[in-house]
This record gives sequence, C-alpha cells and structure tokens, in this order.
Amino acid sequence: MGETLRHAWTLARKDLVLEFRTRTAILSAVVFTALVLMVFNFGRDPTAVAAIDLAPSILWVTFTFAAMLALNRAFQLELENQALEGLLVAPISRTSIYWGKLAANLVFVAVVEAVGLPLFVLFFNVPVAQVLGPLVGVIALATVGFVAVGTLFSAMLVRTRFAELMLPVLLLPFLIPPLMGAVQVTARLLAARPLSEVAGWLRLLAAYDVVFLTLATLLFPHTVEQ
Amino acid sequence: MTLARKGHWTTVVGLVLLGGVYVRAVVFTPVERLQGPAQKIFYLHVPAAVWTELAMVLVGVASVVFLFLKDPRLDRFAEASAEVGTVFAAIVLTTGPIWGKTVWGTWWAWDARLTSTLFLFFLYIGYLLLRGAVGDAGARARYAAVLGICGMALVPFIHLSVYLFRTLHPQPIILKPSAPSLPPSMLVTWLLSFAVFTVLYVGFVMQRYALGRAREEGDDG
Amino acid sequence: MLRAEGLRHAFGRVRALDDISFLLTPGQTLAIFGPNGAGKTTLLKVLAGLIRPQGGTTHVEGGRRAVGWIGDHAQLYGHLTVRENLLFWAALYDVPAPLRRARVDEGLRRQGLADRADEPVRALSRGLVQRAAIARALLHEPRVLLLDEPFTGLDLAAAGEFRRLLAQLAGAGRIVVLATHNVGEGVELATDIAFQQRGRFVSLAPRGARTAGAVVEEYRRAVAGG
Repeated sequence: MGETLRHAWTLARKDLVLEFRTRTAILSAVVFTALVLMVFNFGRDPTAVAAIDLAPSILWVTFTFAAMLALNRAFQLELENQALEGLLVAPISRTSIYWGKLAANLVFVAVVEAVGLPLFVLFFNVPVAQVLGPLVGVIALATVGFVAVGTLFSAMLVRTRFAELMLPVLLLPFLIPPLMGAVQVTARLLAARPLSEVAGWLRLLAAYDVVFLTLATLLFPHTVEQ
Repeated sequence: MTLARKGHWTTVVGLVLLGGVYVRAVVFTPVERLQGPAQKIFYLHVPAAVWTELAMVLVGVASVVFLFLKDPRLDRFAEASAEVGTVFAAIVLTTGPIWGKTVWGTWWAWDARLTSTLFLFFLYIGYLLLRGAVGDAGARARYAAVLGICGMALVPFIHLSVYLFRTLHPQPIILKPSAPSLPPSMLVTWLLSFAVFTVLYVGFVMQRYALGRAREEGDDG
Repeated sequence: MLRAEGLRHAFGRVRALDDISFLLTPGQTLAIFGPNGAGKTTLLKVLAGLIRPQGGTTHVEGGRRAVGWIGDHAQLYGHLTVRENLLFWAALYDVPAPLRRARVDEGLRRQGLADRADEPVRALSRGLVQRAAIARALLHEPRVLLLDEPFTGLDLAAAGEFRRLLAQLAGAGRIVVLATHNVGEGVELATDIAFQQRGRFVSLAPRGARTAGAVVEEYRRAVAGG
C-alpha cells in the first residue's frame, strides 16, 4: 500500500512537472473555461433570464466540458516514446499507475476550476462569499467522481481512433448523474437554503465517488494489459 | 438446427405471441378511465423499458465473468445483448412520446423515466461505438467489458437521480407490492406482454450471437 | 536464471508464440532472429511481464525488478531533461533515494551524457537518445536484459559502441536476450542462437564457432526455405 502510494506520487509529480513545463494544455483548458463562461453569458436572453437563475447550470456545464478536455491528454503523455510500456514493465503495480494519473488529473482539473470559479463569480455576479466552503466541498465531491471515471476511460481510449471524440460520447452519460447532483446542491447553496434539503443528492455524489473510484481501480489493469 | 435458425423461430414465436397479447389488450382488457386507449401502448412500452435495463445488467454481468474467464462467448453475448438493448431502448423512446402526446399533450416532457432510458440508449450507443473503434479483437473485448461493467454500475445512479429529480411521470404502479393498484386483468395482460418480451429478447440475442460468431469466423478464416 | 516453458500466445488466429521453451543462465546471451511478425517482440514482452501468455510459464529470477528492457522506443519523456527522466525511472525501480543521484550520474557518465544531462530529451539526436535509453535500462542494475531491435536508428559508430557495451554487460554475468529481424546482427555477442518463425523456434543451439556469415546462410536454409 505504502509502496503503491509512493509510486503513484512519483508518477503524478512527473506528470505535473511535464504539464506545467509545456503549459499548452493547462493554458488551453483555462482559456477554454473562460470562453465557455462567456458563451453562456451571450447565449441567453438577458431580458428574459437572469444570470443568477442559470448560474448553477452554467458553472457545472463549464466544469464538465473543461474536465473532459483535460482528461483527454492524461495518457497521451505516455504515448511519447512508448513510455507506457516502460511503466508496465517497471516493478510497480497497475493500481499505482491509475492512482498517479488520477492524482495528476485531479490537480489539473482543480487548477482549471480554481481559475474558473472566480471568473464565474465575476461574470455572473454570484454571491458566494457566505457559502464558499460548502461550494468548494461540493465541487471537490463532484470532480473526484468525474475524474475517476474519466481517467479510466481515457486510458482505454488513448490508443483508439477518434479518441478526442469518443471520450465525450462515452463519458457524458456517466457525468450526468453527478452533474445533476452538483447543480441541485449548488442551487440550494446559492439560494442560501439549508443543505439538509439536498441530503439525498449529497449522498448520491458521495456514493458515486466511492463506487466509481473502487470500480476504476479494479478495472484499470484490464485497460492496459496486452 | 443452427443457433441462427433457433433464434429466428424464437423471434417468430415471440412476435406471434405479441400479436396475441395485443388482441387481449385491445379486446379483453378494460380501457383505462383517465388515459383512454393510449394506455394500451404501455403493454409495449413498459416491458421494453424493463428489458432495456435488464439487457444492460446482463451486459455487465457477462462482462464481469468475461474478465475472469476470458471466454470469447461471453463477449459475444455481451455484444448481442447490447444491440438488442439498443433496439428495445429505441422502442421505448418511440412509444413514450406517442403516449405522452396523447396524455400530457406534449411529445417530449423531459420526463425522468424516459430520460433515463435515453441515458441507457446513449450508453448502448457508446458501447457499440467503442467496439467499432478498437481494431484488435482482444483489446476490443476487454475495453467493452470495462465499459459494460461501468454501465451496469451506472444504472442505480440513473434511477436514484431520476427519483430525486421528480417530474411529470406517472409513478411506477406495477411493482408496488403493498397495494397493487392495477386491476387484475391489466396486470395479467402486462405480465403476459413482459413474458413475450422475454421471448423476443432471447430470440434476438440468439440471432445476433450467431451473426457475431459467423463474422468472427469470416474475419479469421 | 531465465526460464520459459511451453509458451503459447495468439492474436486472433495469428500464432505469435508456439510452444517455446528454453533456459538461460548468467553469462548466456541469446540472439533471436526471425522475420517481422515471427513473434519475437511478443516473446520479449512475455518475458518482461508485459503480456500474460495464454499458455506456458516464465520464470525470471528476481522478478520484474531484475529485468531491464530496451525497445526500439526510448521510453523517455521529451520535455523532461535526461537527468529528470533517469531520476523518475530510478524512483519507480525503487533505487533507494540517497543512492539515486549518484547512480544516475554514474549512468550518465558511462554513456557519455554527463554534459548533456540537463537538456530535454527531445533536443538530443537519435543516437544520444538511445544512449539515454540504455542508461535508463541499466539504472537498477538488472540481471536480465531484454533488447528488442536495439540497433534500429543507430548509425554505424553508435552501433559499434553499443555492441562493445553489450559485450561488456553480457560478460559481467548477465543474461541477455536480443531479438532482431536483421539476421547476423550481434552474432558475435551471442552464446546461443535461435531462429523464430510463425511463433516457433525452428532452431535453438549454442553458437559454437559459427560466424555471422555462417548463421545467415543457415537462416536462409532454415527459415526462408532456400
């Protein structure tokens, strides 16, 4: 276990160094997020729909798209010089490869969200100061689920044709249940309603994380086996 | 008799029985007071919906066992079940709006139960697209199994989110053991139609399985 | 010790390994010659633990930790420097942290890369990348070396140098397995020679006093059928 975590950390750190050295991916993802937020502002009739009514949906649709964009590149890094083969030959468990990728993806998406959230607050004038803690909590809860499934799928798709197109098609049906939950909880938070109203959704989000983290950890070896 | 022929005849029997069930549904089963004759579509709609979901669960179960045994027959069954599930989902998604137009006055109301079938439909499409995108047979079977298992695990989450996201849809009335609110004659008709859909599922899967096997032999030989 | 017993593997109907058995002890170098698609790479991947064979067993004394792998791809990340790459792989191979730097420096020096160590891998020529790949494969002092088409892309001088290095490594009590479609390449390093065709070893024998020319001649008769 300790060994698995150590290897996972080594891998994740390597990924992040690569990511922040090349910067193209992370910058594109951040700019993309800002652009989607902008599209949402102009993609509504301001006289008919107040931005605040749409705010939870805007936030989550944006984050969902950004996460998907980020996940595509996770295993692409390993195709260079067939590094993935090297990882599989190395005396490390398959689980540590999955967890390493998962951790790097989580950091990547978290960075995008950390830039996206203030922009969202700024663009749509959303009062979040009172609920910032719980809001960050729900973002973390939903993001873990998104990334757990997405990391598994991107490992599988990296060597298939049309990977960039396939990932959203396979992933979106899986993201909609946690997306629904995240939107509901966010809406209650922004309306200053008690969280007990959405206890069911919170349980759903937590159960989703547990189920898909476990499942992805168990299934990952089958996606890299030859 | 070959598997393909057996599947063919099972399907024929299923279709004839389906005709029989509809005779019973139209002639011998009372018309629902509020919904009128449109309710008759339920004898097609509900069993197809149930089998859309069962087919996904069977894909998942076959996938789990496949990853342990690596038996190509399980993979072939999963593929067949997924294709039949896609067809059943299409039936649900066509009959649902027809009923909805009559009773709710709108084709598509984003009703949660139809929406969840739509989820399953997309899940199936994704599964079949993935199978199409992977060239190597071994990898295709493994990837499909991984997706199939995840799909099965997603079903309860779809239900749960649907339940939490209450909508216009009539609450399920068939499997409510405490107070069966469906009149006995309707229940019998419904059970019959469910049995018929089971026959149809088996027939379709047998044919699709035989086709899959023939295709593999064609590829290799 | 490296043992393969009754290895079988097929991709669809294509037989990659068909009843392959052999035993190598330290100091032995096995050269496997065969046409493309004969299953040489599959065999190496099975020995490296990358592919689980459908039939038969392998045993490598010391397990995956004892195996060094050099393929025709370097398994290095282009945007990391040579040193960063080596440190990363050393960590995955559990080279103890206090020793890592020294071990990496030594490897760099031996491969003549000491003054290029802080350049990103993608800035190096093919020959230098191959040297870095060799340094990478030797970091954990493997007792078994698996080489898949290691001469691909090397110019004459680099290939000669690589041959000298291999002779040194093989002499130091290692087991080396080398696979190439270029018949005769590396014959002088081998203690044993195998011809592989359609997954089978059509011959496996000690080299004895055979020269490269004699081996090529024999290969023509055995594999190409005249």
